[in-house]
Amino acid sequence: MSWESFFQNLSNGISLGGLYALIAIGYSMVYGILRLINFAHGDIFMLGAYIAFYGMLIFSLPWWLSLIVSIILTAFIGILIDKGAYKPLRNAPRISALITAIGVSFFLENLGLVVFGGRPKGFYRPHIFDEIITIKGVRILSLTFYSLVITAIFLVLLFYIVYRTKTGLGMRAVSTDMETARLMGIDVDKIISITFAIGSGLAAVGGVLWAMKYPQINPLMGIFPGLKAFIAAVLGGIGSVGGALLGGFILGIAEIMLVAFMPQLSGYRDAFAFLILILILLVKPTGLLGVEVKEKA
Amino acid sequence: MPFFKADHLVMRFGGLVAVNDFNLELQPGDLVGLIGPNGAGKTTVFNMITGVYRPTSGRIYFQDKDITGKRPDIITALGIARTFQNIRLFTDLSLIENVMVSYHVRLKSNIFEAVFKLPRYMRQENAMYEEAMELLHKVELDHLAEEKAGSLPYGEQRRLEIARALATHPKLLLLDEPAAGMNPNETLQLMDFIKQIRDEFDLTILLIEHDMKVVMGICERIWVLDYGKTIAVGTPSEIQNNPEVIKAYLGEEEYA
Repeated sequence: MSWESFFQNLSNGISLGGLYALIAIGYSMVYGILRLINFAHGDIFMLGAYIAFYGMLIFSLPWWLSLIVSIILTAFIGILIDKGAYKPLRNAPRISALITAIGVSFFLENLGLVVFGGRPKGFYRPHIFDEIITIKGVRILSLTFYSLVITAIFLVLLFYIVYRTKTGLGMRAVSTDMETARLMGIDVDKIISITFAIGSGLAAVGGVLWAMKYPQINPLMGIFPGLKAFIAAVLGGIGSVGGALLGGFILGIAEIMLVAFMPQLSGYRDAFAFLILILILLVKPTGLLGVEVKEKA
Repeated sequence: MPFFKADHLVMRFGGLVAVNDFNLELQPGDLVGLIGPNGAGKTTVFNMITGVYRPTSGRIYFQDKDITGKRPDIITALGIARTFQNIRLFTDLSLIENVMVSYHVRLKSNIFEAVFKLPRYMRQENAMYEEAMELLHKVELDHLAEEKAGSLPYGEQRRLEIARALATHPKLLLLDEPAAGMNPNETLQLMDFIKQIRDEFDLTILLIEHDMKVVMGICERIWVLDYGKTIAVGTPSEIQNNPEVIKAYLGEEEYA
């Protein structure tokens, strides 16, 4: 393989990995705080894409404004899902919340089919994302580049919030010990809402960028990216934001490279991700950056 | 109305009566001990006061307010803080972060101000940091401010827990076995420290303790629980001579 095509694949892998990371962080943050795998997260990602789609189509908003509107609305939907579906089960056994999450996932997918229709819709890709950039013979789509920039901006913002603000400190305290955090005066419900809002907002960013990258959206589009991001979160160590980031990039790059180096295996691309999941669960169930978390009762 | 009042508190878990008809009144500046054999319901009383459990019946009043069944974070904001029998620090956070968690009670800025570093946020943030460092200095842990709380030895973790509780600006401080696991020397220091913070921060302190030397040494009044019931109330010397107490608890103790 020539180095040009290697770098081309690498840049594709990084950009895909960034999208996985954006979604994986939502899984990881919610798990860190509630010990809940929010299986509806992939469908929240789908809603993010649809909101931006309608923002551009019906309200003729510019793409960046649609993105912002989508982040805000999706964040609210995330909060609503938590309040409506998970909050009543806060003291129930965790398996109940998990099953509910799967239920919410099916609900959103089917709601999408009813409201948006099952037929895939073409997503508008703005012209600035449609150019070909050539750097030393490596030809990449400008979207690949910008998508990485946008991802990076939101990740920096996220890390700033988590590690440099009082809200982030509250999130980290709640994730270590919810009960004690409450006794230290933290409004745990508010922290949980903020966590869902941030996770869902990032999923919306991922959804919009995904829809520009693969410019067709349908109500079931969230299933596979959702599962992949879940694998990325587990790979990096679920509960850890840095881990989700690392897992996302590893998975994205590995997937693209697998197809690039062994095109005959490209049909197994999705299976490959699950193979990684099985391996990591066998070898290091806490994930690459994960630490042993004591199970909350 | 007294500063703090627990009025006929009852806590039942299914068929088990953990606390039965508990009454307690505190005046500002009191330093009161709550003792009793294992399983007597002492920690359950703390859990009811701080809102972890909602009492089966009875009321709790604090500064003329009925706080029965309020959320723990609200009760903390009203001025009641606690430490734990089995230390419960945020082990992954640094010492300074553990203390600064109390931010949430008092810092009035929101996430947007934080992200954009608006002046009000920065002012509050700096003031909080200074104050947290000063608290760490008081418990002689300021040189370890950036270490993870989990890496501290046991006695220091206890001191950090007290600093963290103080950071919420409590008026009533509940200490759950503060001397547990300490050696006699550390215990002596702790007794001095408790008296000192009471005076310095104008606290009212209610403490659970097994170490009789601590209770008898610093508490002005003592409540004795046994099987969920209050069996005696009085000064240390009264308690030491109370036949009920001796029977229930101090009978085997050399201090009796």
